[in-house]
Amino acid sequence: MTSELDIFVGNTTLIDEDVYRLWLDGYSVSDAVALRVRSGILEQTGATAGVLQSDTMDHYRTFHMLERLLHAPTKLLHQLIFQIPPSRQALLIERYYTFDEAFVREVLGKKLSKGTKKDLDDISTKTGITLKSCRRQFDNFKRVFKVVEEMRGSLVDNIQQHFLLSDRLARDYAAIVFFANNRFETGKKKLQYLSFGDFAFCAELMIQNWTLGAVDSQVDDMDVDLDKEFLQDLKELKVLVADKDLLDLHKSLVCTALRGKIGVFSEMETNFKNLSRGLVNVAAKLTHNKDVRDLFVDLVEKFVEPCRSDHWPLNDVRLFLNQYSASVHSLDGFRHQALWERYMGTLCGCLLRLYHD
Amino acid sequence: MEGPPSSRGCTSSPTPSARPQVKFGNTTFKTDVYLKSLNPHWNSEWFKFEVDDEDLQDEPLQITVLDHDTYSANDAIGKVYIDIDPLLYSEAATVISGWFPIYDTIHGIRGEINVVVKVDLFNDLNRFRQSSCGVKFFCTTSIPKCYRAVVIHGFVEELVVNEDPEYQWIDRIRTPRASNEARQRLISLMSGELQRKIGLKVLEMRGNAVVGYLQCFDLEGESGLVVRAIGTACTLDTLTNPATFLPTCHSPSKEMKESPLAHPANSHGCRSTHNSPIHTACGSRLTQNLSVSVPTLIYTGMGSAGKDGPFKALLRQQTQSALEQREFPFFTLTAFPPGFLIHVGGVVSARSVKLLDRIHNPDEPETRDAWWAEIRQEIKSHAKALGCHAVVGYSESTSICEEVCILSASGTAAVLNPRFLQDGVLEGCLEQRLGESQPPGCGFCHTPYDEVNTPFPAHLALCCCCRRQKVPDVLLTTIDLPAQAAVVGKGCLIQARLCRLKKKAQAETNATAISNLLPFMEYELHTQLMNKLKLKGMNALFGLRIQITVGENMVMGLASATGVYLAALPMPGGIQIAGKTPGDGSYEQHVSHMQRKINDTIAKNKELYEISPPEVVEEVVGSPIPEPRQRSRLLRSQSESSDEAAELDLSHGKKDAFVLEIDDTDAMEDVHSLLTDVPPPPGFYSCNTEIMPGINNWTSEIQMFTSVRVIRLSSLNLTNQVLNKNFNDLCENLLKSLYFKLRSMIPCCLCHVNFTVSLPEDELIQVTVTAVAITFDKNQALQTTSTHTEKSLQRGSSDNEELLQFPLELCSDSLPSHPFPAVKATSVDDSSFADRCGGWIELIKLKAQSIRRGSMKTSRRLLPPRPRGSQRLILVSRGES
Repeated sequence: MTSELDIFVGNTTLIDEDVYRLWLDGYSVSDAVALRVRSGILEQTGATAGVLQSDTMDHYRTFHMLERLLHAPTKLLHQLIFQIPPSRQALLIERYYTFDEAFVREVLGKKLSKGTKKDLDDISTKTGITLKSCRRQFDNFKRVFKVVEEMRGSLVDNIQQHFLLSDRLARDYAAIVFFANNRFETGKKKLQYLSFGDFAFCAELMIQNWTLGAVDSQVDDMDVDLDKEFLQDLKELKVLVADKDLLDLHKSLVCTALRGKIGVFSEMETNFKNLSRGLVNVAAKLTHNKDVRDLFVDLVEKFVEPCRSDHWPLNDVRLFLNQYSASVHSLDGFRHQALWERYMGTLCGCLLRLYHD
Repeated sequence: MEGPPSSRGCTSSPTPSARPQVKFGNTTFKTDVYLKSLNPHWNSEWFKFEVDDEDLQDEPLQITVLDHDTYSANDAIGKVYIDIDPLLYSEAATVISGWFPIYDTIHGIRGEINVVVKVDLFNDLNRFRQSSCGVKFFCTTSIPKCYRAVVIHGFVEELVVNEDPEYQWIDRIRTPRASNEARQRLISLMSGELQRKIGLKVLEMRGNAVVGYLQCFDLEGESGLVVRAIGTACTLDTLTNPATFLPTCHSPSKEMKESPLAHPANSHGCRSTHNSPIHTACGSRLTQNLSVSVPTLIYTGMGSAGKDGPFKALLRQQTQSALEQREFPFFTLTAFPPGFLIHVGGVVSARSVKLLDRIHNPDEPETRDAWWAEIRQEIKSHAKALGCHAVVGYSESTSICEEVCILSASGTAAVLNPRFLQDGVLEGCLEQRLGESQPPGCGFCHTPYDEVNTPFPAHLALCCCCRRQKVPDVLLTTIDLPAQAAVVGKGCLIQARLCRLKKKAQAETNATAISNLLPFMEYELHTQLMNKLKLKGMNALFGLRIQITVGENMVMGLASATGVYLAALPMPGGIQIAGKTPGDGSYEQHVSHMQRKINDTIAKNKELYEISPPEVVEEVVGSPIPEPRQRSRLLRSQSESSDEAAELDLSHGKKDAFVLEIDDTDAMEDVHSLLTDVPPPPGFYSCNTEIMPGINNWTSEIQMFTSVRVIRLSSLNLTNQVLNKNFNDLCENLLKSLYFKLRSMIPCCLCHVNFTVSLPEDELIQVTVTAVAITFDKNQALQTTSTHTEKSLQRGSSDNEELLQFPLELCSDSLPSHPFPAVKATSVDDSSFADRCGGWIELIKLKAQSIRRGSMKTSRRLLPPRPRGSQRLILVSRGES
């Protein structure tokens, strides 16, 4: 006796969350059945292995049919074939677009091209995520990227509107799109300690302050590309370290303010010029695309690592950065206050987030 | 008449230029081409069709979406068929609008199109009209909830035949798609014609709706395509707006009889106002007069115990006269207004094997009409033999394999209340209290035949509820459980499954082979059903449906029903296994082992389905006793001294067992297979009736589903045993899969479970299940049951005028203490119950002596082949003896 056909069609499409997860994780039907057996479901429900096999198969078929619609979630909402309650639809979409932390760290900032896709099997072996799941996640990134890349308006809103994701997930995707577009390097060894959350946090700050959208909300690509003019202007900040008087004055202002307030005062005092030079030079270099890509490498190299080697506590870093950026307002000879504000406001936030073990 | 504005998501080709074409009858319109878009918008003007209402009913509106291609011929992307009929009801909306799936017979659904259809009906007063606009069709076999049955007129049937496009000569040169579409169109057309013709019959009977409408397509192959339908003509009245209908139902019939077709041929259908105003005005007075003319003494006489002989005769006479003018007093309904059903006799069924290639004139319906008429006649005579004048829960089916066709019909013989059947009956009669005349919950179980004149060997016992009338020990019916019936515990789905191998043969030899197999199959299915029923500890089957499917090399039988413990019927006996060779020690050990297993299963099932013996209680209202067991013990001791115990039929209940003789390996297999049926997992119930007996607190969470499974048998060494096991496993696994899939809905009941078996190819078995899973609220169960009890008690004790339609009013002050629906009864059979529930298994072991069957009657007749050549076998399946 062999089964030739085995289908179940309900008025409302049945969705088993556990099977959906297994499918998303890229397991084959037989692997999924084995995993379900291991979860003890047979004992709980009194079902047989045959029943489980048939149920898993049936769910996989449903998911396969739904996948086409999940690629354009608005279609899932308007189609008439699968009756799924709205809350379930939201769950299906959200889970489909959810990605693995380990995977996104491998791909973040890389060009979402065919070349990268070819490397997915390496990523799969490295992370232990099935190739199938890697492909789905990669294709999700690419699909979202393609749709919102040249769109007007807020990046997060666009993603939310076209892919019906939750606010949280839409923000993550905004970060992924932003990183992919600007090709920020995140894979270097010294950046390995950073999580996706750290980068996403920085991306959000940068989108808010450093893109075209930060000044004009009526342009294309406003949230995706950095404001070129702003990056050009950043060269003007060089005067802060090039002009020796200005640098000394800046240092003395910071030191007076922080004396007795931070534990690493002497280390700060000796390192001030180095740190300041580092931060200002990062800004001045951002005119070149290559240096934009290395932004995070530079920040870690020029600021995070020196501070960490001197064991600065996070609170001292915060006090220092606040004072460092605020003191510039008292420098009479410095004319680019607004520029400095736009640069340092974001940079302080980023650095504080990046500063951990 | 209509206009299609826009469509979306068409075709696989990247950017088609779509253009819909709208067709009705022979008129076709086209819209403009909407170039290269996946979401074309046409927003066309209205396309107007002016047609006769006859065409309106027969023809579907066809919309074909074409891919407008400059180089090749326009390819169809898909089609939409819209049935206009729902727009023809007088009170219905006049517009259908929305998204319809664009369907292609080869590629499936390819997109959706938004269409607006509107119908403007002009009154046509032609007296010879052939249309029947406005008659409503309901497939449900109970009166739809928002209506009230004013009159239940009776049986309507129709059959339409046409040549099957797939067997026309042109099929050799046209594409499969064209052939499919020709068939689709024809099926649509025939179905429309059939409904129109049925509608005409309904109007002739002065009804306005068909309930329990069952429409079937018989794909006979070479000999044609048959569409046939049966149903029950009713006059329905909307509950929210009862006034609108009064004129028709009060109108005396004289005028109508002279010219039944003179009904105005307008959209208002039956809501005619052409009757003389005098009749309408004096409606209420007429109501009273008529109600007197229907003899009421029947019902007053019913209360007196014992003297039911003359009463029954009188009742039969009365109802017979009401049904006499009817050719077939059949009702496809399975649920009835309270008071409609007086007695239920048992299942009647008939089968006949026909040869399709012997139809004299295949394009005309006469031959098939004659076939069905014979079968119906047969059913009618069987009902008569059971002392019944009507058949309820009636259905018909066919199974076709090559040129052999089995026609089957089955129903439940019953005695009905004539008041509901008469024309011009007053609408008030439904509300009239029948409570006094019908002891609640047990009246329908009482046999319509007397013990002396039983049409078949049957064991009758005194009704456990009223102690006045006789009841059979097992009751089999094709209807739903009547709402007023007193049930103990929950019901469950019971299935008997059987396969028999058959040699491949041609025509007449094949028909003979099948004819020879059928009686044995019926017998075995029945035995299996009875065994399984006993195993569940229940005593009645509702919704019984026996399906016989013929294939090339096998015949399959599947009987499904819902088992129930009826409080009125005696407690069922157990199953006793008897070995054939008593000398052999190890063999006897084996037999006793099986016996123990069976006894364990029965005990387990009783617990599972909450079947505790019905302790009949006298006073319930106002005495909330928290511990039901204690109370029953208490009452038992009380009633031991009651002098009514003398009336008890003590001999009964002790010879009440069922013996299975194991005389060969086959029988052993049977016993084994009895025990393989696994009960549904906790929290699940299943039944094949519309709702589950014993559950009445449904929530709104509903899941309707279809499940299809096909298995391939290995052709080597195929024996009956292997075949049976495979089929059994297939059905059991299917059910297990359903329970597993729907586990998130627990507590839940699979209702209306309907299995369909077909044998598409030599070694393939296909089983299709449709059912509705409904969640119920566990916590409210007790309360609702007690309401039910109280209601039945109130009904029994006083003849107040409360309506059954408002049971909620009674809920408010009910006492949630009663664990199961106790039944109002005057005499108590407690001592016997104590016996039975105490050591009943031992008792049965000791006393089991004979095989006995329920109210099914055996009468098998084999008619010699008829001269015309269409071989025929009539099989009455009311059990075997």
